[in-house]
Amino acid sequence: MSATLFVAQRFTAFVLACAVAVHLGTILYAVRGGLTAADILGRTHGNIAFAVFYGVFVVAVAIHAPIGLRNVLREWTPWRGITLDIALGLFSILLLVLGFRAVFAVFSA
Amino acid sequence: MLDVDIWRGTATGKFQPFSIPRREHQTVLDVVTEIQREHDATLSYRFACRVGMCGSCAMVVNGRPRWTCRTRVNEVVGDGGRLRLEPLRNFTVVKDLAVEMTQFFEKWQRAHGYFEPGPQPASDFAAVPPSTPERQAADAGIECINCGVCYSACDVVAWDKDYLGPAALNRAWTLVNDVRDKGNAERVKAISYASGCQACHTHMSCTQFCPKAIAPTYSIAGLKRAVLRRSLGFTR
Amino acid sequence: MRASHKQRGFVAAMIHRLAGIALAAFLPLHFLALATALNGAKGLDSFLQVTREPLVQFAEFGIVVALAAHLALGLRVLAIEFFDFREKTLNALSACFAAVCAVGLIFILNSG
Repeated sequence: MSATLFVAQRFTAFVLACAVAVHLGTILYAVRGGLTAADILGRTHGNIAFAVFYGVFVVAVAIHAPIGLRNVLREWTPWRGITLDIALGLFSILLLVLGFRAVFAVFSA
Repeated sequence: MLDVDIWRGTATGKFQPFSIPRREHQTVLDVVTEIQREHDATLSYRFACRVGMCGSCAMVVNGRPRWTCRTRVNEVVGDGGRLRLEPLRNFTVVKDLAVEMTQFFEKWQRAHGYFEPGPQPASDFAAVPPSTPERQAADAGIECINCGVCYSACDVVAWDKDYLGPAALNRAWTLVNDVRDKGNAERVKAISYASGCQACHTHMSCTQFCPKAIAPTYSIAGLKRAVLRRSLGFTR
Repeated sequence: MRASHKQRGFVAAMIHRLAGIALAAFLPLHFLALATALNGAKGLDSFLQVTREPLVQFAEFGIVVALAAHLALGLRVLAIEFFDFREKTLNALSACFAAVCAVGLIFILNSG
């Protein structure tokens, strides 16, 4: 990967290290006694802090994951060049769109 | 007796079995030499110093890249075990156990693995205290003799034909830390193209197998930090 | 002609990579699942019914472990690359493995 992609991936890795630690902690806490929609939405509904946190999480993941996949595909398959970059760009957009839709869904439910 | 399977051919070929007397202190190089001189004169292999200084005798011994002159048979083969000899991985095989080193050295050049004195020759000796952090970093990697073992061990070299490889990058790192060198702006650029230091995934096989106990992984990590600094606008 | 791949660093890198692939594949599904909340709590609840299937529970456990593994091994990479961490390989990897197991265990215990 180029220097720019490398820096972007490592930077988002630092962001995600914090975000995932919080998220894992939340998961381990939240699954106690089973998971219900009321539990989840009770936490996220109207919660600006949660929405901002997960918004940042979505952006970081939409950068980090496609760059990682790009390395894997270039190294383990013959696919490379501009078509690979376009495909991964589309995947990044997909993650952004679905991710923000999900954040909106649990914030406004 | 010692049973030995040796690769014969080029990229395609097959293993040829031999059987020779097992001797107490024999090295793998002794084994190959005995086979070539007494059993099959058509076997091709390389060696030079035979005392662990030149790196010419490197090959893959029972799956691991090593110097055959410094590998005792008893280290790698128990009683009744077989010895399996192949040429170094990730190189084009010239014949049998001898490989083509040209691309390895081309990547060395591409990584700017050479000292750059600058347009003006130095007017005096440079005083470089050995205890400075830069000199210590350079000294940690300076003993490389280009044997190719790390390059053979590296998975990313196998997966990405353009990857510069641990040896070239390690040498670039020693020069990045050479305070006399005037070419580091260009060098950091040279090692940060698509298949530069960023392609290293820290498998650490290079560090695991280097016969000189050099750790290219940490040299490459240093280069990654240099790339980050440069991308953030710092020149040093 | 293959060199031996039983090196610790290689195993770590492979777990890190495979976990990453699993997570990347899982994420769009996760976002779609959460978006069922657009149909209100009922929408999310009806989806959560599906997740009570044993096979799905096991897959969830797998994904949580994958996340913990990818995080732990990613921290190892960041430590080596940016903090000049000189890895005493066995210790570092054991620490990662222990952390991942701890997370997986807590998940199982909590989700009762």
